[in-house]
Amino acid sequence: MRIWIYILISAAVSYLIRVTPLVLIRREITNRTLRSFLYYVPYVTLSVMTFPAILEATRSPAAGALALLAGGALAWRGGSLLQVALVCCGVVFIAETFLI
Amino acid sequence: METNRTCFRSGVRDGIPIALGYFAVAFTLGIAARNAGFSAVQAMIESLTNNASAGEYAVFALASAGAGYWEVAVMTLVANARYLLMSCALSQKLAPDTPLRHRMLVAYDVTDEIFGISIAVPGRLNPWYTYGAVSVAIPGWGLGTFLGVVVGNALPARLVSALSVGLYGMFIAIIVPPARKSRLIAALVLISFAASFVAGSWSLLAGVSSGAKTIALTVAISLAAALLFPVKDGEEAQA
Repeated sequence: MRIWIYILISAAVSYLIRVTPLVLIRREITNRTLRSFLYYVPYVTLSVMTFPAILEATRSPAAGALALLAGGALAWRGGSLLQVALVCCGVVFIAETFLI
Repeated sequence: METNRTCFRSGVRDGIPIALGYFAVAFTLGIAARNAGFSAVQAMIESLTNNASAGEYAVFALASAGAGYWEVAVMTLVANARYLLMSCALSQKLAPDTPLRHRMLVAYDVTDEIFGISIAVPGRLNPWYTYGAVSVAIPGWGLGTFLGVVVGNALPARLVSALSVGLYGMFIAIIVPPARKSRLIAALVLISFAASFVAGSWSLLAGVSSGAKTIALTVAISLAAALLFPVKDGEEAQA
């Protein structure tokens, strides 16, 4: 029973965090600084979450670094989401054969 | 004009790599859930209602320690606070006249990855794009958690290691093309990498959760960029 209450509480809190801004901010924000801030947020937050976390997600940090370089190069040349993700997985799978 | 149907289809296409990555991450979550005494069904429901790896880890850890309900509520709030920021950014990506029911549905799965691809579509976000991605990502997430509890450590570590990097590959695919077009964004990406590296290795911050660091760095760097380089009207649509 206790576990079901944990589930209920965590579900309610996680949903409220996500739904509140989407429901309350209905209009376009006109303040230029705030607009600029929200414009930069995705790039900054995805970058912060990618590095150095990609080095820690793999069993060998070097494999993660190789995946970052290979994925970065492919994305630079216009690789799609799926292609870049698969190349990163493939690089780690092959690299760890040699590194571990 | 893209129809809802084509938007849904491209969402499904972009959701496939997310589903693969989710499966791997959820699988490891399932192992943690089993150790915390969750059944496979309970763990799957936790995953399908929370959609957050760090948040769920925290809940499983607290549950195995027999924590109080308030602790679980506060911990979930802290671990997931970055989604508040992401939902704020998404609120500006939706057309202002987007109906309430779509806002409430889009909110269901605001995760690092679904947010990442939703914010990266050119122009306004059609909610059906997000639904397409969610429709393939969520089964991967739920099934991964379920199987994590049932078969535990049966998946080879090499495979889990390779799959878990797929999510970062997606982030790279989202941030690199705009960084190529704009030097400012390229600089922001590199600054964010460096700041995140320093925050991660600085021993003074060892006790701070990675979620809290992500929020602090995101706010600090984005705010500095907004003050120093305010975006001109119309410029946002290009990236």
